Amino acid sequence: MSKAREVLLNPIFNENPIALQILGICSALAVTSNLYVTLIMCVALTSVICFSNLFVSLIRNHIPTNIRIIVQMTIISSLVILVDEILKAFDYETSKQIGVFVGLIITNCIVMGRAEAYAMQNSAGMSFLDGLGNGLGYSIILIVVAIFRELIGAGSLAGYEILPLVQNGGWYIGNNYFLLPPSSFVIIGLLIWALRAWKTDQVEEPQFKIQSNSLEAEERRV
Amino acid sequence: MEYYLNLFIKAVFIENIALAFFLGMCTFLAISKKIGPAIGLGQAVVVVLTLTVPINNFIYNNILAEGALSWAGLDDTNLEFLHLISFIGIIAAMVQILEMFLDKYVPVLYNALGTFLPLITVNCAILGASLFMKERSYNFTESIVYGFGAGIGWLLAIVALAGITERLRYADIPEGLQGLGITFITVGLMCFGFMSFGGISL
Repeated sequence: MSKAREVLLNPIFNENPIALQILGICSALAVTSNLYVTLIMCVALTSVICFSNLFVSLIRNHIPTNIRIIVQMTIISSLVILVDEILKAFDYETSKQIGVFVGLIITNCIVMGRAEAYAMQNSAGMSFLDGLGNGLGYSIILIVVAIFRELIGAGSLAGYEILPLVQNGGWYIGNNYFLLPPSSFVIIGLLIWALRAWKTDQVEEPQFKIQSNSLEAEERRV
Repeated sequence: MEYYLNLFIKAVFIENIALAFFLGMCTFLAISKKIGPAIGLGQAVVVVLTLTVPINNFIYNNILAEGALSWAGLDDTNLEFLHLISFIGIIAAMVQILEMFLDKYVPVLYNALGTFLPLITVNCAILGASLFMKERSYNFTESIVYGFGAGIGWLLAIVALAGITERLRYADIPEGLQGLGITFITVGLMCFGFMSFGGISL
């Protein structure tokens, strides 16, 4: 049971797909200006990754090695088409807002990467859990970014007003910077910093070590 | 002619596929430590985009779109839901064919692009450009110009980021921010730079 727990919880903080593995960043940035849209996107991605892992794992012993990529791609695209159609049927407005980004789940490297790296070697149940864990790891970063962006930028969360804006007779002046997409880069950068200050083993070696200047060295000698 | 030039400039600067739509970010962040590989990958993206966007456009307009099969006598067939799977299939096949073709006939180019080609199938910039082409209903000529322009825009962005990252080696970055963290913040600032093109109307 502990292994299942590890598979499920590891990707959330220890091996986060976005903060450590540099996977699936593309869609993480464009859909985070509103918490509601972000939640829809997270659910879409998590369900695709769970089921693609499950199905790839179920047929892993029957896939010839040299065509495995195209087989995985076909499974993933079929699942994405399903999600896309369901979203269009039940929440057309949001599906218009997300636009091409649901389609882009196909090329989201988390899905492909987990199918290739985990589901091809492990049993179906474990692969499903691994998919769920990675989906949650992705979701947690997206949700945190969305909370920051919507709360600071528009004073609301998922459309509900938290900080009353000046325009509506309140006191809060919205920071437009956080409504612009590039701010999510900066927020993710700072999140990575916070995560690595906590889990110091994730810190990367600097490419070029700065020498301490001669004055400091002098002081140390004295 | 002027219309196509405008479309090209729009695809390169105003709607830069990396810095305005954040597509192809994973490879963009991973391969931007040195200028050399960044140029190689950028060129591969330009070639693949220039080929796949028009081909996908042709397939979409003649087979998949609503009523497109009327030439075969099937007036009310709508295969639009298949566009995702056929686009990605065509991209994967094109990359494979291009790799084999270059290996056989243009070994110089194969050595330059070879290692990057397999990476490109899962690069969302490629699929993204095809999806934008469909969403904005470009015709065939427009899709050639758009594909090429989007590729050049991506090349420009990755080379610029690689140049900045090379310089950043000499900066004293806090420990937890080393590598990925500072790259994210750099890209964020670059995006702001590119947003200034947003005010241009063509």
